[in-house]
Amino acid sequence: MPEVGPVPILAAEGISRRYQVRGGSASRHLGVVQALERVSFELRQGEIVGVVGRSGAGKSTLARVLLGLEPADEGTVLYAGSPLQNLSRNDLQRLRRSVQIVFQDPHSSLDPRQSIGGILSEPLAVHNLVPRSRRRERCLELLSGVGLPPDEDLLGRPPRELSGGERQRVAIARAIACNPELLILDEPVSALDVSVRGQVLNLLLDLHRRTGLAMMVIAHDVRLISHLCVRVAVVAEGRIVEEGPAGQVLGRPANPVTAELLASATWLETGRQAGPAIASREPRTGS
Amino acid sequence: MRPIVEVVNLAVAFPDSTRGWRRVVDGVTVALEEGEAMGVVGESGCGKTLTVLALLRLIPEPGRIVGGSVRIGGEDVLAAEERRLCWVRGAMVGLIFQEPAQALNPVRSVASQVVEAARLHGEVSVSQAHALARRLLAEVGLEDPDRIARSYPHQLSGGQRQRVLLASALAADPRVLVADEPTSALDTVSQQRMVELLQRLRESRRLSLLFVSHDLSLVGRIVDRITVLYAGETVEVAGRETLLADPKHPYTRALLETRVAIGDGPDARFPTVPGRVPRSRDWGRGCRFAPRCPYALRQCREARPALTVLERGRTVRCFLLGDAEEPVA
Repeated sequence: MPEVGPVPILAAEGISRRYQVRGGSASRHLGVVQALERVSFELRQGEIVGVVGRSGAGKSTLARVLLGLEPADEGTVLYAGSPLQNLSRNDLQRLRRSVQIVFQDPHSSLDPRQSIGGILSEPLAVHNLVPRSRRRERCLELLSGVGLPPDEDLLGRPPRELSGGERQRVAIARAIACNPELLILDEPVSALDVSVRGQVLNLLLDLHRRTGLAMMVIAHDVRLISHLCVRVAVVAEGRIVEEGPAGQVLGRPANPVTAELLASATWLETGRQAGPAIASREPRTGS
Repeated sequence: MRPIVEVVNLAVAFPDSTRGWRRVVDGVTVALEEGEAMGVVGESGCGKTLTVLALLRLIPEPGRIVGGSVRIGGEDVLAAEERRLCWVRGAMVGLIFQEPAQALNPVRSVASQVVEAARLHGEVSVSQAHALARRLLAEVGLEDPDRIARSYPHQLSGGQRQRVLLASALAADPRVLVADEPTSALDTVSQQRMVELLQRLRESRRLSLLFVSHDLSLVGRIVDRITVLYAGETVEVAGRETLLADPKHPYTRALLETRVAIGDGPDARFPTVPGRVPRSRDWGRGCRFAPRCPYALRQCREARPALTVLERGRTVRCFLLGDAEEPVA
């Protein structure tokens, strides 16, 4: 196991994020959705952390605010100890290289007009990491690093010719192209067939063992989290309601939300009813 | 008695680049008995959704049904004229899809969409239709159906949208509900509730249910029997218990082994099946699973096995299983 470093790569300190809701005939102001409410959270070197919760709980918003893709309405995000808003252009550029994200649906996160080679060499060019003459070679290395055949033919093909599992491997290859310190994975396997999820999870575990890459894995399904993560945070209605070592949180859940997530996954897997009775209410917000 | 839905040896083709037709579904056989729940399981690209669309003759242009038969409630769907087809599509079969956000019209209220379905298939007045819509929204477990009825799809959660879609599928009081990956876009808590809701509706409405999914465990929560598809054909059919406890086809076994269960920690390795579902252009003349099958013999690469009855209630398409006596398709 790689060492867990002292200064977090990214840290949220009491961040809140609100969305204005508009609707109706003249886009009237209908109210405010509190997507995150005073959340504090750390991502440290070499650690795989799970963020689990129901749709609309605020998991993806947390990732977007941590990455600086959305501002926090309150609180601060620290990158290597410095607030995001104080970062120099160079530091921001470094953040953009060292923290990468993989989205749920590799259909929409890969440019359909680019070849696999184009998709993989773009970050190498943008961050000026590999001279043009060596990019092809590096792309082939990246392919074999994610368990795809390292051949020229694949580099020339468009994403639509790949299966969902292969496309997600390409998305992961693109994310690790610039040797990041931290990978944020937002529902990395939920768009994939059950039968290929294992392959992608194995790949993530291998990457972690090989390089000590830190990861933040966002999922609604505790089955995934229980396999990948050492530490887990449970999110509900914009707050972290429970956090701790994965074995403890998922083994003896202290919060009803955690218990509900566990009970549903257990039932789906085995048909056994476990834990407290489940209320029949649907959550209010969409994902 | 004949099954209420009976698909035999279905073939669907799309034009290929050489101006010929390429079959992308070829050999799907599914039978749904009146009152039962049948699961249709397979990975992406195995032909699940095309089979569902073919049931109602909804294959998108330029695709075509080029072989086999589809009978629903005794009606020969492939030969039916427009009026009979309309009857099959609404009054016989209700259909829900994976992504309710795409199946609902974003600029129309929930009420108007459910009412439309009710009016299209039944002779009801506008006010009766509104009352029916409210009743349906309550029946699918939506709290405060009046508020939901006034809402627009974007104001609802994924679970709520899926229920709205279900309400409009039930508007014409169909005898069969076809659910194509109805829970894949939902979180696990909503998945469980949706499955429990479908189970209740099955009983209260005496629905026959065709439940289509890539997730074998999930399907096991609701169905009585399971049909497994691989690369555009049916490879195994059996009762749920039998199939989950004792899968015969090597592909069914692989599907079962690769499930990700609740784990004991971060040191797990996940069992995987090497390779992937072949695209139709790569189907050889042998068994379509042979290239990935750990037990494949020479025979498997040279000829395509027929779907045969292995024992009572179980059919399998595999050379390795029994000296199959009785081909069914």
